[in-house]
Amino acid sequence: MQNSRDRILAAVAANKPDLLPLPEIPVFSPETEDASFILQKFHATATTIGSKIFMVKDFEEIKAMVSEQFREGRIVTTIPELADIAETDLKTIPDPHTLENIELLIMRALFGVAENSAVWVTEDLMQQRAAPFICQHLAVVLNAADIVPTMHEAYERIGSADYGFATFIAGPSKTADIEQSLVLGAHGPRSMTLFVLE
Amino acid sequence: MSTQTKDHAELAEIFNKDEARVNWHDETLWWVRQKRDKAAHQIPEWELLRETASQIKNNVLSNLNNYLVQFEAQAKANGVTVHWAANAEEHNQIVHSLLTKHGIDRMVKSKSMLTEECHLNEYLSQHGIEVIDSDLGERIVQLADEPPSHIVLPCIHKKKEEIGELFHKHLGTPKGNADPQFLTETARQHLRETFLTRKAALTGVNFAIAETGEFVVCTNEGNADMGAHLADIHIASMGIEKIIPQRKHLSVFLRLLTRSATGQPITTYSSHFKKPRSGQEMHLILVDNQRTVQLGRKDFRNSLKCIRCAACMNTCPVYRRSGGHSYHTAIAGPIGSILAPNLDMRKFADLPFASTLCGSCSNVCPVKINIHEQLYKWRQVLVKEGYVGTTKKLGMQAMTLTLSSPGFFKTAGKVGRFVMKYAPFAVSNPLNPWYKQREMPAPPKESFGEWYQKNRNHAK
Ligand code: SF4
Repeated sequence: MQNSRDRILAAVAANKPDLLPLPEIPVFSPETEDASFILQKFHATATTIGSKIFMVKDFEEIKAMVSEQFREGRIVTTIPELADIAETDLKTIPDPHTLENIELLIMRALFGVAENSAVWVTEDLMQQRAAPFICQHLAVVLNAADIVPTMHEAYERIGSADYGFATFIAGPSKTADIEQSLVLGAHGPRSMTLFVLE
Repeated sequence: MSTQTKDHAELAEIFNKDEARVNWHDETLWWVRQKRDKAAHQIPEWELLRETASQIKNNVLSNLNNYLVQFEAQAKANGVTVHWAANAEEHNQIVHSLLTKHGIDRMVKSKSMLTEECHLNEYLSQHGIEVIDSDLGERIVQLADEPPSHIVLPCIHKKKEEIGELFHKHLGTPKGNADPQFLTETARQHLRETFLTRKAALTGVNFAIAETGEFVVCTNEGNADMGAHLADIHIASMGIEKIIPQRKHLSVFLRLLTRSATGQPITTYSSHFKKPRSGQEMHLILVDNQRTVQLGRKDFRNSLKCIRCAACMNTCPVYRRSGGHSYHTAIAGPIGSILAPNLDMRKFADLPFASTLCGSCSNVCPVKINIHEQLYKWRQVLVKEGYVGTTKKLGMQAMTLTLSSPGFFKTAGKVGRFVMKYAPFAVSNPLNPWYKQREMPAPPKESFGEWYQKNRNHAK
């Protein structure tokens, strides 16, 4: 007797329509969108979806802002430059459940996307997959030069990169399941801060 | 004639007893629809995006067996265990056996309409396994012992006071507190404990990439990630039609999905699961459950292109005023009414009639499924196969005449507009199976045909 796999594949083969071509994805982004326009758009979108966004000159500025905002609680980072204000040993933690009491996680993103203000983070940047979800607050650092206009440029940039896990994060965790009232801080971070290095 | 007790029209009648609630339901969904419009209008290339998405999905359906084989090979190479389930029963057995193997009797689940379709929760609970739904809306309907009424907004039919009451009863919140912020915070604390103590997590799948073997799960709450990244075993369930060819195609679908669903530019999380984390098991179940049958139905196979954005429900005048539960199937609304008869023609023969055929669903669908045409075609099939009672048949014969003869259509439109303007109650006649509680929307003063004639003459 055939197993389910073979039966499903045979049924698909028998019932599928004649082959239709795979289309090219058209080029959508206008060439005129210069870097400052894209940054502005990223900034505006981030604010709209509930992120906080700050333009910063260097890591010293980030440190000052973090110390000002987060006076107590466990602060963890995967960025070596911030080692003097936060724990940096995420990699060596064997059990992700112990991340449960993280107040703030600060991590790097590879790039951001202007049209939706999402940032792309891969497993090696988060070090623990659960970290950016389980923390109470999340801060992400990215370079101003690393902002692309739309998701098309985003996937061009990702290309065929290998990762175990990666995600786009756009804003704080949220829900509107109760009568469509927007509440920030569903299961993941209650706030999302973006530090954009100029 | 039917094994079920009540059909859509009867269930809609029950929903329509509370007129204030119907109006509120209608307006809430229309507001979501308007948010979708605003988001779509901000993208100049929106129509081209829809067309591209539609064509990618056409290609997928026409080459699905090869993409499935490619996906399986890549996923396996990534360390994911791939399972195949011919039907709901086999899917549920696979999940059960995985849990049994690990001695697990409590699981956390994020949103998956497929597991609703398969009635997984009931199956597992009969086998002594507790499932907690972690999406807030799904948790709410689970506490109420109801199915979701909407695929994106599971408890859209519930008032906050009712949710406050449920939380009071099950989670010990103070009686009378119906503040969304407070209730969400309560759910956050309650479910955090769940995430931290469950060794198995099940998630749905939005897109699976044949080229790389990875799959993508989109949530706003972060519940799929909280479950999956803390569990020893992650099970992902997907219908075989969720495959897309290449990673770069995600750009098209992720741009369309959430804008169509809620008007957001993207969900908070679009998580790409490729390999299990070290020490974790990752399982993926590919489910047929009669999708291959639908694939063989020339007139209905396009329904398999659906990306479950729910735009067709939010815009549907019938859905908005009859509520998701009146569809008595896991996926309500226009698309659900095309998918359900494929599963069981007798049981769901009423659903293709739960539509005005106004075409609004087809207009908003991000993958350009000809939803209203398929509903119309299902009616013909169901009548021919003898699943439809006399009332609907009569109404449909009139409709067939109207739609098949342009001359008659013009006259009928004129008469219709006259009737609706001056005697709207007359439309609520027994020939119109679901319009019982509802007056038709205000008719336009002139039809497009009349307007076009007039303006064409003016332009000359
Ligand atoms: S049929 Fe189209 S509009 Fe309806 S849920 Fe599916 S993708 Fe969205």
